Order: sequence, then structure tokens, then C-alpha cells
Amino acid sequence: MVDKLTPVLSANWGTDNSWKLATHQAAGGYQAVAKALKMTPAAVTDVVKDSGLRGRGGAGFPTGMKWSFVPKDNPNPKYLVVNADESEPGTCKDMPLLLASPHTLVEGMIIASYAINCHTAFVYIRGEVLHVHRRMQQAVAEAYAAGYLGKNILGSGYDLDIVVHAGAGAYICGEETALLDSLEGRRGQPRLRPPFPAVAGLYASPTVINNVESIASVPSILNNGAEWFGSMGTEKSKGYTLYSLSGHVARPGQFEAPLGITLRELLDLAGGVREGHELKFWTPGGSSTPILTAEHLDVPLDYEGMAGAGTMLGTKALQIFDETTSVVRTTLRWTEFYKHESCGKCTPCREGNWWMVQMLRKFEAGQAAVGDVDKLLDVASNIGGKSFCALADGAVACVTSAIRHFRSEFEDGYSTPAWELFPYGRSALFEVPETQGAHA
Amino acid sequence: MSGHEFQSFFPESGTVDMTDTTTNIDDTTFAELRQLASRYPEARSALLPMLHLVQSVDGRISPAGIEACAEVLGITAAQVSGVATFYTMYRRRPGGKHHIGVCTTALCAVMGGDALLEQVSEKLGIQPDETTPDGKFSLERLECNAACDFAPVMMVNWEFMDNMTPDKAQKLIDDLAADAEVKSTRGATITSWREAERVLAGFPDGRADEGPSAGEASLLGKSIADEKGWAAPKGGKS
Repeated sequence: MVDKLTPVLSANWGTDNSWKLATHQAAGGYQAVAKALKMTPAAVTDVVKDSGLRGRGGAGFPTGMKWSFVPKDNPNPKYLVVNADESEPGTCKDMPLLLASPHTLVEGMIIASYAINCHTAFVYIRGEVLHVHRRMQQAVAEAYAAGYLGKNILGSGYDLDIVVHAGAGAYICGEETALLDSLEGRRGQPRLRPPFPAVAGLYASPTVINNVESIASVPSILNNGAEWFGSMGTEKSKGYTLYSLSGHVARPGQFEAPLGITLRELLDLAGGVREGHELKFWTPGGSSTPILTAEHLDVPLDYEGMAGAGTMLGTKALQIFDETTSVVRTTLRWTEFYKHESCGKCTPCREGNWWMVQMLRKFEAGQAAVGDVDKLLDVASNIGGKSFCALADGAVACVTSAIRHFRSEFEDGYSTPAWELFPYGRSALFEVPETQGAHA
Repeated sequence: MSGHEFQSFFPESGTVDMTDTTTNIDDTTFAELRQLASRYPEARSALLPMLHLVQSVDGRISPAGIEACAEVLGITAAQVSGVATFYTMYRRRPGGKHHIGVCTTALCAVMGGDALLEQVSEKLGIQPDETTPDGKFSLERLECNAACDFAPVMMVNWEFMDNMTPDKAQKLIDDLAADAEVKSTRGATITSWREAERVLAGFPDGRADEGPSAGEASLLGKSIADEKGWAAPKGGKS
């Protein structure tokens, strides 16, 4: 029987100077690199494949399989790009990982790069997290000085350079092809696929793009074996992962557990919904994953469980909202986010999100016209599935799922402002003067 | 902040102010821009870091900065400004010494972020995307900054200010205004927005060892596991 919580990535986060090379080495760090460099690249890929590790950035694509798609006969250089553009509303796992344990990522990057025969790897970190950049820059410098990066790593004859790169405030760059355009020094706009990045990615060369947590999981798999990893989690969702609880819970935070734990179990550990309140709705993996309610408390938080509930595991960013919260207000705020973050390339997304914001503002103000709920759904149906990338689908998902579960609350927006039905101050963690924090 | 009429929350990005031609860009800047360009297999990949460097030197994306990037990379100024205007972090007009962000994406907004933004805006006497006349503060209505378990969140010069309250926000602004020492909850001693931009460009400031490994919320699961004696299964081999 596996324990309820299984800290692996977060195991050393509480250690003094956890971000330094010496601390990481003292805890067995870089042993996985030494081990991997003695194996063939194909054997390294096989271990990751056998482990069942799936992408932790949202899509859940098998990591080892992604690596194996890199064509061996392509003469161009191969590239690894780590997506550290963590910006999905609610998502807050990769940044603490990089702050506390940047060497775990560096170690994973070396192993992944070796497996795909790459000699230049990049970590694309969102710009708005200064200290994460400092820790990552220093970790990479330390790794060079110790001979884990650069020429002839640990005498293996294998060379690797890592470039730490800063984004500049664009959620869309978390989308892998937009990230590539951004990393090429362009506006971050998604590319049409195919060709897929594995064939023509960065500089039109074979490229693997993985989430921070996915790559950071690799050293533990190399150290302990695929079977060990698979002993945690469920049949199709193997391993441990970071769940982030935020919002109206007694104790928000990060919980590293086998895939398949439920929100009820996590809430128990987090001390439940804040005192005197009850769960109203939640996101399983960021605002782009359709919201769920109290009836889904016992659905396993794994890829299949969430798909079965009509949503997605996403980034495992569990945002908890209690009964004081206006769904209309929350949906509007998320839609404002998507409106601003739409890159503008696809008309349905660029214009559609703008229109949804206009409509939702009327719902919030109690000035929507009778029948506007159906009009909003109609607008949404002309955005989702009609754009290049998943931003549009995520933007639509939060609106349609909110209407599915709380239609009457939107209909209340035909006559009554949301702030009258749900005085906004009551949702806040502190006393808010009547005149503040509300659109009154 | 009525919020009902149409307005862009981000008027500062999206254009370059070509009328203000002042600049501090000199030979040293050019050398550093070239250094950034040399770090990548293809030089143009350095453009985002180079624009961060321009901001650290000029306090905004200046016309001279755009020309400098274009010259170093061998592309046109239009290509550079096309990129500069796409990204929210690049400013049209000078940012303050301290750039204050208040997160108002859904979760932080609900937890008190809306009230905090109103309070800070009132205290500084500026709206989001404005800079105080003395150049000390600029304010931004932030989008999710990946710290939701520490909500409501504020940022100063892109350093985390976790678990904010009205009292803490008040003291934060007072201390910054008085040039008192201010520490990020999960970062270093606050310096300035321009110095932050220089680090983002890729020039370390030697402050990586300041601050904790992790905040309390980041450690919650781990500490519960320790209490209960829970751990991952022992590895077959290491």
C-alpha cells in the first residue's frame, strides 16, 4: 500500500540551501546523470517510456514517447526546450520547484537531452518571477563549474549547453509552438501543425518541449526504476505528481501524491474548506479545465478520472471557491484574462473573447437581456475548436462549464448585479470596506 | 474603478512612444546586447532578453533601444518593435523605481486582490499602468503570477509578496517610499525594477542565495507527510 502523500520532487524543499549544488549532491543529486550517461540514449528513453510518465503541463502526453518521435536520420541539431512559462490561472507548482530545487530540473534536462541526442537545451521561464531566474541562472552556472554541463560531461564524451531564457509576459507562450516562436525572438503566436515540433520545432529542427515537472521527474525514475514509478498512481496515470490547492481552503499549499488521489482526500489534509463555509465549485487543473462541483469530490484526480467527469487533469491546480463566490464574477475575470492573452492570430479567439467579456460584464452588472445565456453559449460555440491552439478551447471551457453547473446564477444576471447576490467582501480573506473591492 | 465600460487594462503595452528620444544606451550597452546575442545558436533568439536589457538601461522600450537591437541582430526596427509591442512586460513609458503589481485574476481577485488594488491605487494616487510623478512607483494590474497558494498576491519588481493584507500593503508602500529595507517573502531584498530587468536579461546580480528555499504553503504537503510518516516507496535501486 502506497502512502497517501509521496514527496519526491518536494522532498528536499525544506532543507537549508536546498537550491545549491552541494545540498543537492548531498541528497544524491546528479547520480542519475552518471547512471544515464553509462546507458545508451535509447535505453534511457525506454526507461522513461516504461515508467508511464505523462506530461505534467496539462496535455498528459507520454513523455518517453514524445522523445522517441525525434527522427534519428534528421541531419539538423536536436533541441530540448523546457516550458517554465507557468501562467495558467491557478497553477503554482513549477515556480516553487525551481526556487527550491533548480538542480533537479538541470539534472533532468541533462538526461533528457542525452536521450534525444541534443547538445543545446533551453529553459523558457516566464519573466515575472525574478527570484526563479536567479536560482536557475546560478544552478546552471554551478553545474557548468562542476562538470555536469559543457564539454565531455563526467568524462562521457557527451556535450551539453543549457540556456536560461526569460519570457516577457505572454500566457500564450506556454503553448508549445508559440513558445518556439517566442524563443526565436518573435511574437509568441502558435504555429499550424503538422509539422510537429519533434520534426520541425526550434529553428525548424527536431525539438522536444516538456513541462518543468515532467523533466524534473526523470532523475527519480532513472535512480529508482520504471517499476518503482509505476508502483504509485493508477493503471494509466502512473507515478506521483504535485497537486496545488488554493483559494478558500483552511491551508492552501502543494501536495505531492500518487495520481488518483481525490479532492476529498486532499481537502482533508488541507483542513477542509475555510471554516464556516462549504465548497461551491473548483477547477481540477487551472482555469482552462471545466469547473466541477461538490458532486465530483470523489472522482480520482488522474487523466482518466477527470476526462470521465467531462474535464481535464490539466496542471492539477485545484482552485477552491466557497459559497460566497459569484460564479459570474469569477467567469468574467477568467474571460478577461483570455481576452487579453489571446495572441490575436485567430479571429474567433481574438474577437470572440472580446465579445464574451462584453456580455459577461452585463451579466455581472445585472443588465444582461433575457436569453443572453443562450447567446453567450452561441458565441462560445463559435470560438472553441475554431482556432489554432488550445487557448480558445480553454477560454470557452470556463464559460460553458460555469453555465452548465450554475445556469440560474447567470439568469439572475438578467436583473440583479452579482455583487448584490454575492457581496464581494464576503469572499475576501480580510475585512473589505463596503466601498472597496466591489464593482459598486 | 468602475470596470463596466470597455477599457484595456494594459494601455502601457502595445505601442512604442517614438516622441521620447532620450536614451542612456552607450557602447557598454551595445557590448552587452552583442553578448546576449552570442548566447544562442541563432542571434535573434536573444531579442526578448535584449529588450529586458533596454528597459533596465532606459526604463522603457526606447526608440534608441529598438534601433540598437535591430542593429545588433541585423533585422529591421519594425521587426523589433513588432516583438516589443506584443509582450506585456515591455513598457511604453518609464516604469517607476518600484514596479508594484497586484494580482486580480479570478482567484486573487476574489480573495481580496480587487480591494488591494483599489487601496494601493488610492494610496499611490495613480491608476494601473501609470507612474507617480516623482518616478518612485508604477502600478500594474497583474495577471496570475503562479503563486495562488499564497493568495492574495502582490509583486514588487517581480519579487513575490505573498499572503497580502491591507495592513501589509500599507506598510509595504510606506517602507518603499521611505527607502527602508524591504524583503520579498520568497526572494531577495528589494532593489529596483530596473535592476530586476537586468537580471531577467541574463546578467545575474549575485542575490540567488537570499531568501528561503520555499514558503510555508509550498512545504505543507511535505510537512504533513513527515508528521504522518508518509513517503514515496523505497527505490529498488539508486
